[in-house]
Amino acid sequence: MCSWITEKATISGHGKGVADWLPLTTANVYYDHPASAPLDHALIIDFVNEAAGPGARVSVELSAQSAQDLLRAIQAALATGQAQHDLTN
Amino acid sequence: MLEGMIAETVGISGHNGDVIQAYYARPVVAGSVPGVVVIHHMPGWDEWSKEVTRKLAYHGYAAICPHLYSRLGPGRWDDVAAAARARGGTPDAQVVGDLAGAAAFLRAQPDANGKIGTIGFCSGGRQAYMLACKLPSLNAAVDCWGGRVVASSDQLTEQQPVAVIDMTKDMHCPLLGIFGNDDANPDVGQVNRIEEELRNYGKDCEFHRYDGAGHAFFAVDRPAYRPEQAVDGWKKVFAFYERHLQTGAANPTSDRS
Repeated sequence: MCSWITEKATISGHGKGVADWLPLTTANVYYDHPASAPLDHALIIDFVNEAAGPGARVSVELSAQSAQDLLRAIQAALATGQAQHDLTN
Repeated sequence: MLEGMIAETVGISGHNGDVIQAYYARPVVAGSVPGVVVIHHMPGWDEWSKEVTRKLAYHGYAAICPHLYSRLGPGRWDDVAAAARARGGTPDAQVVGDLAGAAAFLRAQPDANGKIGTIGFCSGGRQAYMLACKLPSLNAAVDCWGGRVVASSDQLTEQQPVAVIDMTKDMHCPLLGIFGNDDANPDVGQVNRIEEELRNYGKDCEFHRYDGAGHAFFAVDRPAYRPEQAVDGWKKVFAFYERHLQTGAANPTSDRS
C-alpha cells in the first residue's frame, strides 16, 4: 500500500528476540507470571516454531494496559482499506 | 547458619528413569543433614529458584531443585518453560516421579539424616501438596501459595486430571501453608477450604495468612515481594523444618505401595 501509515502504542514490558528472522508457526497467548518483565502478571505472547526447538521463540511480556493499547493499534492498522481487502479475499 | 556450601547442577534419575537436570546445594558440615526438595514456580527453573535452594543449604539442609521442564531442553530455562506451557504444563504423574527421584537422590547421600521435606511455590505449591499425598516417605511439606489445589471440573486437564484437594485423605506428612490474603489464586476462600479439608481428615497442618501480601511474596526479583511478610514466612518455614526434619527418626514408610 506504500502509505507509511503506522499505528503506534506506548507500551511497558519486555521482549525477547532471536539472532535472525525466523519462520513462525504458532502464537501462544496467555496472562500469567512473566519470566523477565518486572510485573507480577503480564500478557505474554510467544511466537514460536516448535519444530525448530524451544529457543526458536520471539516473546513479548506486556502490562495489561500495554496489551490493550497494542490491541487497539493492531485493530486500527487492520481497519485500513488494504488490510480489509486482504481479509475478505 | 552455614556459610560453606557446594552448589552445582547435577543429573538425577527422574520419572521412568529419565535423567533430568537438578540444582543441588548442600552445606559443608560434619555430621548428617536433612534434605529438602525445592519445587520451582511456573515461570521455570530460574535464578530465584536456585537462590532458594542455596538459602536452604545456608540453613543446614541439603537441597535440590529438579528442573521439571528438563525434558523439553536443551535450552534457556525460560524457553523450555514456554515450551512446557505450550503443551499444557507437565503431567502430574511425571512431576511426582521427578520429585520422588530428587528425594531418593538426597536420601542416598552419605551424610543424609534420612529425613526429607519439600517446599514449592506457585504451581510448585500445588505440587508440594500433591507430593505430600503421593510420597509416603516424605516427612514435611510446605505449600507456598499453591494455585489450583482447589480446581473445578472444567479446570482439570489431561496433564492435571485430578483436583489436588481431593487427594487430601492420603496426605502422609505435616503440611505448612503460607498464603497472602491479597492473592487471587488461591484466594482467601480457597485457602479456608483447603484448611477445612485438612482438618476434616485430621491432618497435621499449620496455615499462615499474611495481610498486605499477594501471590509470590517471597520472590525478591518480583514486584510482589513483601520483605516484612517474607522474612516472617521464612522463619515459619525453618521452625517447621526444625521440628520435623532435624529431630527424631526418619519416616520408615516405604514409597512402594
